[in-house]
Amino acid sequence: MVASANTRLRLETVRLTALFGHHRAVRDVSLLFPAHTVTAIIGPSGCGKSTLLRCLNRMHELTPDATVVGEVLLDNVNVYARDVNPIELRRRIGMVFQQPTPFPTMSIYDNVAAGLRVNGKRPRREMDEDVERALRQAALWDEVKDRLRTSALALSGGQQQRLCIARAVAPQPEILLLDEPTASLDPAGTQRIEELCHLLKRLYTIVIVTHNMQQAARVSDYTAFMYLGNLVEVGRTNELFTKPKVEQTEAYITGRFG
Amino acid sequence: MSARAFRRQLVSRAMTALVVVLSLIAVLALVVILGDLVVKGASSIDWAFFTKSPVPAGQAGGGVANAIVGTAIVVGMAALIGVPIGVGGGMYLAEYGSGRLGFLVRFIADVLNGTPSIVVGVVAWTFIVKPTHRFSALAGSIALAILMIPMLARTTEEMVRLVPNSLREAALALGYARWRTSIKVVARTALGGIVTGCLVGIARVAGETAPLLFTALGNLNFTLSVTQPMQTLSLQIYVYATGPFDEWHRLAWASALVLMGLVLVISLTARWVTRQRYGRVR
Repeated sequence: MVASANTRLRLETVRLTALFGHHRAVRDVSLLFPAHTVTAIIGPSGCGKSTLLRCLNRMHELTPDATVVGEVLLDNVNVYARDVNPIELRRRIGMVFQQPTPFPTMSIYDNVAAGLRVNGKRPRREMDEDVERALRQAALWDEVKDRLRTSALALSGGQQQRLCIARAVAPQPEILLLDEPTASLDPAGTQRIEELCHLLKRLYTIVIVTHNMQQAARVSDYTAFMYLGNLVEVGRTNELFTKPKVEQTEAYITGRFG
Repeated sequence: MSARAFRRQLVSRAMTALVVVLSLIAVLALVVILGDLVVKGASSIDWAFFTKSPVPAGQAGGGVANAIVGTAIVVGMAALIGVPIGVGGGMYLAEYGSGRLGFLVRFIADVLNGTPSIVVGVVAWTFIVKPTHRFSALAGSIALAILMIPMLARTTEEMVRLVPNSLREAALALGYARWRTSIKVVARTALGGIVTGCLVGIARVAGETAPLLFTALGNLNFTLSVTQPMQTLSLQIYVYATGPFDEWHRLAWASALVLMGLVLVISLTARWVTRQRYGRVR
Protein backbone atom coordinates (compact mmCIF):
# COMPACT_ATOMS: atom_id res chain seq x y z
CA MET A 1 0.00 0.00 0.00
CA VAL A 2 1.19 3.47 -0.80
CA ALA A 3 1.93 5.69 2.16
CA SER A 4 0.31 8.91 0.98
CA ALA A 5 -3.22 9.46 2.25
CA ASN A 6 -4.37 10.56 -1.17
CA THR A 7 -3.64 7.29 -2.84
CA ARG A 8 -4.44 4.98 0.06
CA LEU A 9 -6.68 2.22 -1.18
CA ARG A 10 -10.22 2.41 0.11
CA LEU A 11 -12.68 1.02 -2.33
CA GLU A 12 -12.24 -1.33 -5.24
CA THR A 13 -14.28 -3.69 -7.39
CA VAL A 14 -12.69 -6.94 -8.51
CA ARG A 15 -14.14 -8.66 -11.56
CA LEU A 16 -17.57 -7.49 -10.56
CA THR A 17 -20.53 -8.73 -12.56
CA ALA A 18 -24.05 -7.59 -11.69
CA LEU A 19 -27.02 -9.46 -13.04
CA PHE A 20 -30.76 -8.91 -13.33
CA GLY A 21 -31.91 -12.48 -13.79
CA HIS A 22 -29.69 -13.63 -16.66
CA HIS A 23 -29.00 -10.17 -18.00
CA ARG A 24 -25.49 -8.99 -17.16
CA ALA A 25 -25.89 -5.28 -16.52
CA VAL A 26 -22.31 -4.88 -15.30
CA ARG A 27 -19.67 -7.15 -16.83
CA ASP A 28 -16.45 -8.13 -15.14
CA VAL A 29 -15.56 -4.65 -13.96
CA SER A 30 -12.39 -4.09 -11.94
CA LEU A 31 -12.16 -0.51 -10.81
CA LEU A 32 -10.31 1.29 -8.06
CA PHE A 33 -11.70 4.36 -6.32
CA PRO A 34 -8.76 6.18 -4.70
CA ALA A 35 -9.41 7.69 -1.28
CA HIS A 36 -10.40 11.36 -1.10
CA THR A 37 -10.93 11.73 -4.78
CA VAL A 38 -13.98 12.12 -6.93
CA THR A 39 -14.40 9.33 -9.41
CA ALA A 40 -16.98 9.89 -12.12
CA ILE A 41 -18.66 7.04 -13.95
CA ILE A 42 -19.93 8.14 -17.33
CA GLY A 43 -21.57 6.41 -20.25
CA PRO A 44 -24.81 6.36 -22.22
CA SER A 45 -28.13 5.40 -20.65
CA GLY A 46 -28.34 1.72 -19.76
CA CYS A 47 -24.59 1.19 -19.75
CA GLY A 48 -24.68 -0.13 -16.18
CA LYS A 49 -23.16 2.85 -14.41
CA SER A 50 -25.96 3.19 -11.85
CA THR A 51 -26.02 -0.56 -11.31
CA LEU A 52 -22.29 -0.53 -10.65
CA LEU A 53 -22.79 2.23 -8.10
CA ARG A 54 -25.58 0.31 -6.39
CA CYS A 55 -23.34 -2.72 -6.07
CA LEU A 56 -20.92 -0.73 -3.93
CA ASN A 57 -23.33 -0.38 -0.99
CA ARG A 58 -25.27 -3.58 -1.75
CA MET A 59 -28.38 -1.75 -2.88
CA HIS A 60 -28.35 -3.76 -6.11
CA GLU A 61 -29.39 -6.96 -4.37
CA LEU A 62 -32.62 -5.35 -3.12
CA THR A 63 -34.06 -5.57 -6.61
CA PRO A 64 -35.86 -8.91 -7.11
CA ASP A 65 -33.76 -11.36 -9.14
CA ALA A 66 -30.67 -9.16 -8.90
CA THR A 67 -27.41 -10.94 -8.12
CA VAL A 68 -23.71 -10.17 -8.00
CA VAL A 69 -20.62 -12.14 -8.95
CA GLY A 70 -17.13 -10.97 -8.01
CA GLU A 71 -16.00 -8.73 -5.20
CA VAL A 72 -16.28 -5.24 -3.84
CA LEU A 73 -13.41 -4.56 -1.48
CA LEU A 74 -13.73 -1.93 1.21
CA ASP A 75 -10.43 -1.69 3.07
CA ASN A 76 -9.60 -5.11 1.65
CA VAL A 77 -12.73 -6.72 3.03
CA ASN A 78 -15.14 -8.14 0.51
CA VAL A 79 -18.45 -6.47 1.28
CA TYR A 80 -20.23 -9.49 -0.18
CA ALA A 81 -18.57 -11.83 2.32
CA ARG A 82 -20.99 -13.85 4.39
CA ASP A 83 -20.21 -12.13 7.69
CA VAL A 84 -20.72 -8.58 6.36
CA ASN A 85 -24.06 -7.12 7.39
CA PRO A 86 -25.39 -5.00 4.50
CA ILE A 87 -27.24 -2.71 6.93
CA GLU A 88 -24.04 -1.86 8.77
CA LEU A 89 -22.19 -1.52 5.48
CA ARG A 90 -24.69 1.06 4.26
CA ARG A 91 -24.05 3.14 7.36
CA ARG A 92 -20.44 3.44 6.20
CA ILE A 93 -21.45 4.43 2.66
CA GLY A 94 -23.75 7.39 2.10
CA MET A 95 -25.87 7.61 -1.02
CA VAL A 96 -27.77 10.36 -2.83
CA PHE A 97 -30.21 9.60 -5.61
CA GLN A 98 -31.35 11.18 -8.88
CA GLN A 99 -34.50 12.64 -7.39
CA PRO A 100 -34.36 14.38 -4.01
CA THR A 101 -35.89 12.00 -1.46
CA PRO A 102 -36.50 13.92 1.77
CA PHE A 103 -38.73 11.96 4.14
CA PRO A 104 -42.05 13.80 3.75
CA THR A 105 -43.29 13.35 7.32
CA MET A 106 -40.09 14.62 8.90
CA SER A 107 -38.83 18.11 9.55
CA ILE A 108 -35.56 19.34 8.10
CA TYR A 109 -33.85 18.53 11.39
CA ASP A 110 -35.33 15.03 11.62
CA ASN A 111 -34.35 14.27 8.05
CA VAL A 112 -30.71 15.02 8.80
CA ALA A 113 -30.91 13.18 12.12
CA ALA A 114 -32.59 10.12 10.55
CA GLY A 115 -29.33 8.33 9.84
CA LEU A 116 -27.93 9.20 13.27
CA ARG A 117 -30.89 7.81 15.17
CA VAL A 118 -30.39 4.26 13.88
CA ASN A 119 -27.41 4.01 16.19
CA GLY A 120 -29.53 4.56 19.28
CA LYS A 121 -30.43 7.51 21.47
CA ARG A 122 -27.87 10.22 21.98
CA PRO A 123 -27.73 13.39 24.03
CA ARG A 124 -29.69 16.20 22.49
CA ARG A 125 -26.71 18.55 22.32
CA GLU A 126 -24.55 16.05 20.45
CA MET A 127 -27.37 15.48 18.00
CA ASP A 128 -27.78 19.22 17.45
CA GLU A 129 -24.07 19.54 16.74
CA ASP A 130 -24.06 16.65 14.28
CA VAL A 131 -27.07 18.01 12.43
CA GLU A 132 -25.49 21.44 12.17
CA ARG A 133 -22.20 19.98 10.98
CA ALA A 134 -23.94 17.92 8.31
CA LEU A 135 -26.01 20.88 7.12
CA ARG A 136 -22.90 23.05 6.97
CA GLN A 137 -21.09 20.39 4.95
CA ALA A 138 -24.00 20.39 2.52
CA ALA A 139 -23.87 24.23 2.37
CA LEU A 140 -27.47 24.39 3.51
CA TRP A 141 -27.10 25.57 7.11
CA ASP A 142 -27.47 29.30 6.47
CA GLU A 143 -30.61 28.79 4.44
CA VAL A 144 -32.45 26.56 6.92
CA LYS A 145 -31.03 27.32 10.37
CA ASP A 146 -34.11 29.37 11.31
CA ARG A 147 -36.62 26.76 10.20
CA LEU A 148 -35.15 23.42 11.18
CA ARG A 149 -38.49 22.25 12.54
CA THR A 150 -40.47 22.93 9.38
CA SER A 151 -41.33 20.36 6.74
CA ALA A 152 -38.53 19.36 4.42
CA LEU A 153 -40.99 19.50 1.53
CA ALA A 154 -41.13 23.29 1.72
CA LEU A 155 -37.56 23.45 0.37
CA SER A 156 -36.77 23.95 -3.30
CA GLY A 157 -35.56 21.00 -5.37
CA GLY A 158 -31.94 22.07 -5.11
CA GLN A 159 -32.23 22.60 -1.36
CA GLN A 160 -33.92 19.22 -0.99
CA GLN A 161 -31.03 17.57 -2.80
CA ARG A 162 -28.52 19.29 -0.52
CA LEU A 163 -30.65 18.18 2.42
CA CYS A 164 -30.26 14.62 1.14
CA ILE A 165 -26.51 15.15 0.99
CA ALA A 166 -26.60 16.42 4.58
CA ARG A 167 -28.62 13.37 5.59
CA ALA A 168 -26.13 11.09 3.85
CA VAL A 169 -23.05 12.67 5.44
CA ALA A 170 -24.53 13.11 8.93
CA PRO A 171 -23.51 9.62 10.12
CA GLN A 172 -19.98 10.42 8.86
CA PRO A 173 -19.67 7.71 6.25
CA GLU A 174 -16.36 6.94 4.59
CA ILE A 175 -17.72 6.94 1.09
CA LEU A 176 -20.34 9.04 -0.65
CA LEU A 177 -22.18 7.67 -3.69
CA LEU A 178 -23.96 10.18 -5.91
CA ASP A 179 -26.32 8.72 -8.51
CA GLU A 180 -26.88 11.51 -11.05
CA PRO A 181 -27.49 13.93 -8.19
CA THR A 182 -28.19 16.91 -10.44
CA ALA A 183 -30.47 15.18 -12.95
CA SER A 184 -33.54 16.98 -11.64
CA LEU A 185 -31.94 20.33 -10.80
CA ASP A 186 -31.63 23.64 -12.62
CA PRO A 187 -28.19 25.03 -13.54
CA ALA A 188 -27.84 27.00 -10.29
CA GLY A 189 -28.67 23.96 -8.18
CA THR A 190 -26.33 21.86 -10.27
CA GLN A 191 -23.48 24.28 -9.75
CA ARG A 192 -23.92 24.22 -5.98
CA ILE A 193 -23.81 20.42 -5.89
CA GLU A 194 -20.70 20.40 -8.05
CA GLU A 195 -18.99 22.89 -5.75
CA LEU A 196 -19.89 20.61 -2.86
CA CYS A 197 -18.10 17.70 -4.51
CA HIS A 198 -14.86 19.66 -4.41
CA LEU A 199 -15.29 20.47 -0.73
CA LEU A 200 -16.53 17.08 0.39
CA LYS A 201 -13.80 14.99 -1.19
CA ARG A 202 -11.47 16.14 1.57
CA LEU A 203 -13.75 14.26 3.98
CA TYR A 204 -15.11 11.42 1.88
CA THR A 205 -14.27 9.27 -1.09
CA ILE A 206 -16.82 10.24 -3.70
CA VAL A 207 -18.18 8.22 -6.59
CA ILE A 208 -20.51 10.12 -8.90
CA VAL A 209 -22.55 8.70 -11.73
CA THR A 210 -23.46 11.18 -14.41
CA HIS A 211 -24.58 11.21 -18.01
CA ASN A 212 -23.28 14.71 -18.29
CA MET A 213 -19.69 14.67 -19.54
CA GLN A 214 -19.06 18.32 -18.77
CA GLN A 215 -20.04 17.60 -15.20
CA ALA A 216 -17.64 14.67 -15.01
CA ALA A 217 -14.90 16.89 -16.40
CA ARG A 218 -15.65 19.63 -13.88
CA VAL A 219 -15.95 17.65 -10.67
CA SER A 220 -13.91 14.48 -10.94
CA ASP A 221 -10.30 13.49 -10.51
CA TYR A 222 -10.77 10.15 -12.23
CA THR A 223 -13.28 9.15 -14.86
CA ALA A 224 -14.45 5.70 -15.83
CA PHE A 225 -16.26 5.25 -19.13
CA MET A 226 -18.71 2.37 -19.36
CA TYR A 227 -20.49 1.00 -22.37
CA LEU A 228 -22.93 -1.95 -22.53
CA GLY A 229 -21.94 -3.08 -19.05
CA ASN A 230 -18.22 -3.08 -19.78
CA LEU A 231 -15.63 -0.77 -18.33
CA VAL A 232 -14.12 0.65 -21.50
CA GLU A 233 -11.53 3.00 -20.10
CA VAL A 234 -10.55 4.60 -16.83
CA GLY A 235 -7.98 7.27 -16.14
CA ARG A 236 -7.29 10.69 -14.76
CA THR A 237 -10.13 12.90 -15.87
CA ASN A 238 -8.01 15.44 -17.74
CA GLU A 239 -6.21 12.67 -19.60
CA LEU A 240 -9.33 10.69 -20.44
CA PHE A 241 -11.03 13.75 -21.87
CA THR A 242 -8.03 15.13 -23.74
CA LYS A 243 -6.32 12.01 -25.03
CA PRO A 244 -8.47 8.93 -24.60
CA LYS A 245 -6.71 5.68 -25.34
CA VAL A 246 -9.71 3.77 -26.66
CA GLU A 247 -11.51 4.62 -29.87
CA GLN A 248 -14.94 4.12 -28.26
CA THR A 249 -14.20 6.60 -25.48
CA GLU A 250 -13.16 9.22 -27.96
CA ALA A 251 -16.29 8.64 -29.99
CA TYR A 252 -18.44 9.10 -26.89
CA ILE A 253 -16.77 12.18 -25.47
CA THR A 254 -16.71 13.89 -28.82
CA GLY A 255 -20.43 13.25 -29.15
CA ARG A 256 -20.33 10.82 -32.05
CA PHE A 257 -22.62 8.42 -30.19
CA GLY A 258 -24.46 8.03 -26.96
CA MET B 1 -66.01 29.53 -35.05
CA SER B 2 -65.86 26.57 -37.38
CA ALA B 3 -68.63 24.01 -37.43
CA ARG B 4 -66.38 21.36 -35.99
CA ALA B 5 -65.29 23.50 -33.05
CA PHE B 6 -68.91 24.41 -32.42
CA ARG B 7 -69.89 20.75 -32.40
CA ARG B 8 -67.09 19.91 -30.00
CA GLN B 9 -68.13 22.60 -27.61
CA LEU B 10 -71.73 21.43 -27.80
CA VAL B 11 -70.79 17.83 -27.03
CA SER B 12 -68.53 18.99 -24.20
CA ARG B 13 -71.34 21.01 -22.63
CA ALA B 14 -73.82 18.16 -23.03
CA MET B 15 -71.49 15.65 -21.39
CA THR B 16 -70.73 18.02 -18.53
CA ALA B 17 -74.45 18.53 -17.97
CA LEU B 18 -75.00 14.78 -18.04
CA VAL B 19 -72.40 14.01 -15.36
CA VAL B 20 -73.67 16.85 -13.18
CA VAL B 21 -77.21 15.44 -13.35
CA LEU B 22 -75.97 11.91 -12.57
CA SER B 23 -73.94 13.19 -9.62
CA LEU B 24 -76.98 15.01 -8.29
CA ILE B 25 -79.04 11.82 -8.51
CA ALA B 26 -76.35 9.99 -6.55
CA VAL B 27 -76.27 12.68 -3.88
CA LEU B 28 -80.07 12.86 -3.87
CA ALA B 29 -80.30 9.44 -2.22
CA LEU B 30 -78.27 10.67 0.73
CA VAL B 31 -80.24 13.90 0.96
CA VAL B 32 -83.58 12.06 0.89
CA ILE B 33 -82.51 9.54 3.55
CA LEU B 34 -81.00 12.18 5.79
CA GLY B 35 -83.96 14.51 5.31
CA ASP B 36 -86.45 11.75 6.06
CA LEU B 37 -84.54 10.83 9.21
CA VAL B 38 -84.44 14.41 10.42
CA VAL B 39 -88.16 14.93 9.74
CA LYS B 40 -89.26 11.75 11.44
CA GLY B 41 -86.58 11.38 14.09
CA ALA B 42 -85.45 14.81 15.23
CA SER B 43 -88.62 15.55 17.21
CA SER B 44 -88.05 12.46 19.38
CA ILE B 45 -84.53 13.41 20.32
CA ASP B 46 -84.37 15.04 23.71
CA TRP B 47 -82.20 14.77 26.80
CA ALA B 48 -83.96 11.61 27.99
CA PHE B 49 -83.27 9.96 24.65
CA PHE B 50 -79.54 10.04 25.36
CA THR B 51 -79.67 9.43 29.12
CA LYS B 52 -82.47 6.92 29.78
CA SER B 53 -82.80 3.27 28.98
CA PRO B 54 -85.93 1.93 27.30
CA VAL B 55 -89.12 1.69 29.32
CA PRO B 56 -91.47 -1.32 29.09
CA ALA B 57 -93.30 -1.66 25.79
CA GLY B 58 -96.34 0.53 25.36
CA GLN B 59 -95.27 3.18 27.86
CA ALA B 60 -94.18 6.60 26.69
CA GLY B 61 -90.75 8.09 27.34
CA GLY B 62 -87.47 6.33 27.84
CA GLY B 63 -84.36 6.55 25.67
CA VAL B 64 -81.65 4.54 24.04
CA ALA B 65 -78.70 5.27 26.32
CA ASN B 66 -78.02 1.54 26.53
CA ALA B 67 -77.80 1.28 22.75
CA ILE B 68 -75.55 4.32 22.36
CA VAL B 69 -73.13 3.11 25.02
CA GLY B 70 -73.43 -0.42 23.63
CA THR B 71 -72.55 0.75 20.12
CA ALA B 72 -69.51 2.54 21.46
CA ILE B 73 -68.37 -0.54 23.37
CA VAL B 74 -69.06 -3.14 20.67
CA VAL B 75 -67.58 -1.05 17.85
CA GLY B 76 -64.72 0.15 20.04
CA MET B 77 -63.70 -3.40 20.95
CA ALA B 78 -64.06 -4.44 17.31
CA ALA B 79 -61.66 -1.65 16.37
CA LEU B 80 -59.22 -2.69 19.10
CA ILE B 81 -59.17 -6.20 17.68
CA GLY B 82 -59.53 -5.39 13.99
CA VAL B 83 -57.28 -2.34 13.49
CA PRO B 84 -53.96 -3.90 14.58
CA ILE B 85 -54.59 -7.09 12.63
CA GLY B 86 -56.00 -5.35 9.56
CA VAL B 87 -53.36 -2.64 9.37
CA GLY B 88 -50.57 -5.11 10.17
CA GLY B 89 -51.85 -7.43 7.47
CA GLY B 90 -52.01 -4.56 5.00
CA MET B 91 -48.45 -3.54 5.81
CA TYR B 92 -47.36 -7.12 5.24
CA LEU B 93 -49.18 -7.31 1.91
CA ALA B 94 -47.70 -4.07 0.64
CA GLU B 95 -44.15 -4.43 1.94
CA TYR B 96 -43.48 -8.16 1.91
CA GLY B 97 -46.46 -9.74 0.21
CA SER B 98 -45.00 -10.37 -3.24
CA GLY B 99 -44.63 -14.13 -2.76
CA ARG B 100 -47.11 -16.99 -2.66
CA LEU B 101 -48.19 -16.33 0.92
CA GLY B 102 -48.91 -12.71 0.05
CA PHE B 103 -50.97 -13.80 -2.93
CA LEU B 104 -52.91 -16.22 -0.74
CA VAL B 105 -53.56 -13.65 2.00
CA ARG B 106 -54.69 -11.09 -0.57
CA PHE B 107 -57.03 -13.60 -2.18
CA ILE B 108 -58.55 -14.60 1.16
CA ALA B 109 -58.98 -10.96 2.14
CA ASP B 110 -60.84 -10.30 -1.11
CA VAL B 111 -63.11 -13.28 -0.59
CA LEU B 112 -63.76 -12.24 3.00
CA ASN B 113 -64.50 -8.71 1.81
CA GLY B 114 -67.22 -10.07 -0.41
CA THR B 115 -68.72 -12.35 2.24
CA PRO B 116 -72.22 -11.27 3.34
CA SER B 117 -72.04 -9.92 6.87
CA ILE B 118 -74.80 -12.25 8.05
CA VAL B 119 -72.57 -15.20 7.21
CA VAL B 120 -69.87 -13.73 9.43
CA GLY B 121 -72.51 -13.47 12.16
CA VAL B 122 -73.41 -17.12 11.80
CA VAL B 123 -69.75 -18.10 11.90
CA ALA B 124 -69.22 -16.09 15.08
CA TRP B 125 -72.31 -17.73 16.56
CA THR B 126 -71.00 -21.21 15.69
CA PHE B 127 -67.52 -20.68 17.07
CA ILE B 128 -68.11 -18.32 19.99
CA VAL B 129 -71.75 -18.14 21.09
CA LYS B 130 -72.52 -21.85 20.81
CA PRO B 131 -69.45 -23.18 22.68
CA THR B 132 -69.74 -20.55 25.43
CA HIS B 133 -73.54 -20.95 25.67
CA ARG B 134 -74.13 -17.22 25.81
CA PHE B 135 -74.67 -14.26 23.56
CA SER B 136 -72.21 -11.51 24.36
CA ALA B 137 -70.96 -8.09 23.32
CA LEU B 138 -67.52 -9.61 22.89
CA ALA B 139 -68.82 -12.12 20.35
CA GLY B 140 -70.40 -9.20 18.47
CA SER B 141 -67.12 -7.29 18.51
CA ILE B 142 -65.27 -10.29 17.15
CA ALA B 143 -67.82 -10.65 14.34
CA LEU B 144 -67.42 -6.96 13.46
CA ALA B 145 -63.63 -7.27 13.67
CA ILE B 146 -63.73 -10.15 11.18
CA LEU B 147 -65.64 -7.87 8.81
CA MET B 148 -63.22 -5.03 9.41
CA ILE B 149 -59.93 -6.87 9.01
CA PRO B 150 -60.01 -7.61 5.25
CA MET B 151 -61.29 -4.10 4.55
CA LEU B 152 -58.49 -2.47 6.53
CA ALA B 153 -55.88 -4.84 5.12
CA ARG B 154 -56.73 -3.92 1.54
CA THR B 155 -57.05 -0.17 2.09
CA THR B 156 -53.81 -0.12 4.11
CA GLU B 157 -52.09 -2.01 1.33
CA GLU B 158 -53.32 0.52 -1.25
CA MET B 159 -52.17 3.45 0.88
CA VAL B 160 -48.75 1.94 1.58
CA ARG B 161 -48.27 1.17 -2.11
CA LEU B 162 -48.69 4.86 -2.86
CA VAL B 163 -45.48 5.60 -0.97
CA PRO B 164 -42.82 6.05 -3.65
CA ASN B 165 -40.17 3.36 -3.74
CA SER B 166 -37.48 6.04 -3.79
CA LEU B 167 -38.28 6.76 -0.13
CA ARG B 168 -37.75 3.11 0.79
CA GLU B 169 -34.44 3.12 -1.06
CA ALA B 170 -33.36 6.34 0.60
CA ALA B 171 -34.01 4.84 4.04
CA LEU B 172 -32.31 1.54 3.21
CA ALA B 173 -29.29 3.36 1.80
CA LEU B 174 -29.07 5.20 5.11
CA GLY B 175 -28.56 1.90 6.89
CA TYR B 176 -32.15 1.35 7.95
CA ALA B 177 -33.17 -2.26 8.40
CA ARG B 178 -36.17 -3.40 6.42
CA TRP B 179 -38.55 -3.30 9.40
CA ARG B 180 -37.36 0.14 10.44
CA THR B 181 -37.86 1.42 6.92
CA SER B 182 -41.40 0.03 6.92
CA ILE B 183 -42.33 1.63 10.23
CA LYS B 184 -40.37 4.87 10.43
CA VAL B 185 -40.59 5.94 6.81
CA VAL B 186 -43.22 4.02 4.86
CA ALA B 187 -45.96 3.68 7.48
CA ARG B 188 -45.43 7.23 8.69
CA THR B 189 -45.70 8.60 5.20
CA ALA B 190 -48.90 6.64 4.56
CA LEU B 191 -50.31 7.29 8.04
CA GLY B 192 -52.98 9.75 6.95
CA GLY B 193 -54.34 7.30 4.42
CA ILE B 194 -54.18 4.41 6.88
CA VAL B 195 -56.06 6.36 9.57
CA THR B 196 -58.68 7.36 7.02
CA GLY B 197 -59.07 3.73 5.98
CA CYS B 198 -59.53 2.71 9.62
CA LEU B 199 -62.17 5.36 10.25
CA VAL B 200 -64.08 4.43 7.11
CA GLY B 201 -63.91 0.77 8.16
CA ILE B 202 -65.15 1.59 11.66
CA ALA B 203 -67.96 3.73 10.28
CA ARG B 204 -69.03 0.88 8.04
CA VAL B 205 -69.23 -1.77 10.74
CA ALA B 206 -70.92 0.67 13.14
CA GLY B 207 -74.06 0.34 11.04
CA GLU B 208 -73.96 -3.46 10.77
CA THR B 209 -76.96 -5.33 12.17
CA ALA B 210 -76.94 -8.83 10.77
CA PRO B 211 -73.71 -10.11 12.39
CA LEU B 212 -74.87 -8.74 15.76
CA LEU B 213 -78.22 -10.54 15.68
CA PHE B 214 -76.41 -13.82 16.30
CA THR B 215 -73.81 -12.49 18.71
CA ALA B 216 -74.48 -9.33 20.76
CA LEU B 217 -78.21 -10.16 20.46
CA GLY B 218 -79.49 -6.95 22.02
CA ASN B 219 -80.50 -6.03 25.53
CA LEU B 220 -83.27 -3.77 26.76
CA ASN B 221 -81.31 -2.92 29.87
CA PHE B 222 -78.22 -0.86 30.35
CA THR B 223 -75.09 -2.99 30.77
CA LEU B 224 -71.35 -2.52 30.63
CA SER B 225 -70.52 -6.20 30.87
CA VAL B 226 -68.96 -7.43 27.63
CA THR B 227 -69.77 -11.04 28.44
CA GLN B 228 -73.49 -10.21 28.50
CA PRO B 229 -75.81 -9.53 25.57
CA MET B 230 -75.58 -5.85 24.67
CA GLN B 231 -77.76 -3.43 22.77
CA THR B 232 -76.46 -1.42 19.83
CA LEU B 233 -78.17 1.30 17.82
CA SER B 234 -78.46 -0.94 14.78
CA LEU B 235 -80.09 -3.74 16.80
CA GLN B 236 -82.34 -1.22 18.49
CA ILE B 237 -83.52 0.09 15.13
CA TYR B 238 -84.14 -3.43 13.89
CA VAL B 239 -86.24 -4.42 16.90
CA TYR B 240 -88.13 -1.14 17.26
CA ALA B 241 -88.83 -0.64 13.58
CA THR B 242 -90.32 -4.11 13.21
CA GLY B 243 -92.25 -3.89 16.50
CA PRO B 244 -95.95 -3.05 16.82
CA PHE B 245 -95.83 0.16 18.90
CA ASP B 246 -95.88 3.73 17.57
CA GLU B 247 -93.61 4.78 20.41
CA TRP B 248 -91.07 2.19 19.23
CA HIS B 249 -91.26 3.43 15.64
CA ARG B 250 -90.62 6.94 16.89
CA LEU B 251 -87.53 5.82 18.80
CA ALA B 252 -86.34 3.77 15.82
CA TRP B 253 -86.36 6.88 13.62
CA ALA B 254 -84.49 8.84 16.24
CA SER B 255 -81.96 6.02 16.72
CA ALA B 256 -81.42 5.86 12.98
CA LEU B 257 -80.76 9.59 12.93
CA VAL B 258 -78.25 9.28 15.77
CA LEU B 259 -76.50 6.34 14.09
CA MET B 260 -76.36 8.21 10.79
CA GLY B 261 -74.97 11.24 12.59
CA LEU B 262 -72.35 9.08 14.26
CA VAL B 263 -71.23 7.60 10.95
CA LEU B 264 -71.21 11.07 9.42
CA VAL B 265 -68.99 12.40 12.21
CA ILE B 266 -66.54 9.52 11.75
CA SER B 267 -66.47 10.05 7.98
CA LEU B 268 -65.93 13.78 8.38
CA THR B 269 -63.09 13.07 10.80
CA ALA B 270 -61.63 10.77 8.14
CA ARG B 271 -61.82 13.53 5.55
CA TRP B 272 -60.22 15.97 7.95
CA VAL B 273 -57.37 13.57 8.72
CA THR B 274 -56.90 13.03 4.99
CA ARG B 275 -56.57 16.74 4.37
CA GLN B 276 -54.17 17.19 7.27
CA ARG B 277 -51.71 14.39 6.63
CA TYR B 278 -52.40 12.57 3.44
CA GLY B 279 -51.64 15.54 1.24
CA ARG B 280 -48.04 15.04 2.19
CA VAL B 281 -47.66 11.83 0.24
CA ARG B 282 -45.87 12.72 -2.94
